Amino acid sequence: MTTTTINLNVNGKSVETTIEPRELLIHVLRDRLDITGPHIGCETSHCGACTVDIDGRSVKACTLFAVQAQGSEITTIEGLGDPDKLHVLQEQFKEHHGLQCGFCTPGMITRAHRLLQENPNPSEEDVRFGIAGNLCRCTGYQNIVKAVLAAAREINGATDKDATRETAA
Amino acid sequence: MIPGTFEYHQPDSVQAAVALLDELGDDARVLAGGHSLIPMMKLRLAMPEHLIDLRRIDDLKFIRIESGVVHVGAMTTQHELINHAELAQQVPIIRETSLQIGDPQIRYQGTIGGNVANGDPGNDMPGLMQCLDATFTLLGPDGERKVAAREFYEAAYFTARDDLEILTSISFAVSPGGYAYEKQKRKIGDYATAAAAVLLRKAGDGVACSFASIAMTNLADTPIHCEAASQLLQDQGVNDASIEAAVASCIASIEPVDDNRGPVDFKKHAAAQITRRAIKSAWSRT
Ligand SMILES: Cc1cc2nc3c(=O)[nH]c(=O)nc-3n(C[C@H](O)[C@H](O)[C@H](O)COP(=O)(O)OP(=O)(O)OC[C@H]3O[C@@H](n4cnc5c(N)ncnc54)[C@H](O)[C@@H]3O)c2cc1C
Ligand code: FES
Ligand code: FES
Repeated sequence: MTTTTINLNVNGKSVETTIEPRELLIHVLRDRLDITGPHIGCETSHCGACTVDIDGRSVKACTLFAVQAQGSEITTIEGLGDPDKLHVLQEQFKEHHGLQCGFCTPGMITRAHRLLQENPNPSEEDVRFGIAGNLCRCTGYQNIVKAVLAAAREINGATDKDATRETAA
Repeated sequence: MIPGTFEYHQPDSVQAAVALLDELGDDARVLAGGHSLIPMMKLRLAMPEHLIDLRRIDDLKFIRIESGVVHVGAMTTQHELINHAELAQQVPIIRETSLQIGDPQIRYQGTIGGNVANGDPGNDMPGLMQCLDATFTLLGPDGERKVAAREFYEAAYFTARDDLEILTSISFAVSPGGYAYEKQKRKIGDYATAAAAVLLRKAGDGVACSFASIAMTNLADTPIHCEAASQLLQDQGVNDASIEAAVASCIASIEPVDDNRGPVDFKKHAAAQITRRAIKSAWSRT
């Protein structure tokens, strides 16, 4: 069995881990690095529960070999906020009841975070289109969309230096 | 859903990648975004012993528009195609099509090279490339050669690309005029039940049709360039009667099969609807 050592920056921390090339990023994050925010829902690239941010792109971590992320900066839900200091999206999901069982939420928020960075002022349609790769079996999406729109308003009113980085064409 | 074992290679030039492919032969596969290959490997439908990842090869990542010709590097992602302002202006059908592929996460990762090289009839780019009359550039141990998109697809997963070749870039002319990519799918993130790419141009008199090109996706085991229908619109102009004749000609050239997206009759019906819609929409944009 050939193994290889990869370096990642996960949520601002440099990590080095030795893995088999066939290990999927989601398994490396959850089983080797104990980062269990990103979930495994379908394992077939459809549900988006495993979404993480890699170098500014939302990626389904169940459909990427960890070796493909060598040298990348990865942000998971753990890197966005924590129980003592919720990210504005987390606050708004709480406020607007954007989650029920919560299984889809880490992926949903990680994706919504990237969406708002690219398009800080999305319409309702932009939000629905932008989170189309994330499935939720509980909420019916209404409250998720409300929460993302509310977060966008709050970010625009307040100052989040991230929020102005990129605008979708 | 764990893929089989393989050895991973990360060359940093196209030459090094071709050399590796030459050395490892049939046991090796190229890895681009991985969003077609990894799902196959998880199902163990593909079990390559070596993967040659192209991600470090910067020479394969570019979009250039020079003297009316667009050149796109194989490792350009669908997301990058969508966000390229000049491309969106010069060849808007690329953006329109890319936005209908998969979902946002898929588009950040999937590359145009992987999409056209894959050979899956469900992929959207091959039909579009036939519509645009694109040319694929392939590099192998014996050097470089070019193959027209309209000659590239032989059967499902069989293409004119030799196992030892890497598809390096794609080029096509800028396309002024009307355009439409219409896709019928069961839900977001699904492959097409039927899709049609249409390009139309109006003649100087503002009435006649000076150029037409129609291609269809997932309605046979390769994409279908509907040459007769395209010629028909050029000869007869675009009106209700010629549209119906062109649609009938397109339907005669496809060979859909019964599967989980529906029976043959339904697919022909869906194909006729989207083709009619695409022609009308493209003509209204001329
Ligand atoms: C949930 C989901 C939904 C999707 N929906 C759609 C859709 O609606 N429409 C659509 O068109 N696609 C869809 N896709 C596929 C997606 O667009 C893929 O990313 C694309 O088909 C392949 O590109 P890739 O870069 O991921 O290639 P990979 O998966 O890395 O490679 C695919 C194949 O091409 C070969 N290859 C790749 N690059 C080269 C090259 N430069 N030279 C030679 N060979 C090469 C590989 O060896 C492999 O055999 C979907 C995928 C998923 C997971
Ligand atoms: S677990 Fe990755 S998309 Fe569902
Ligand atoms: S809250 Fe249960 S799946 Fe979304």
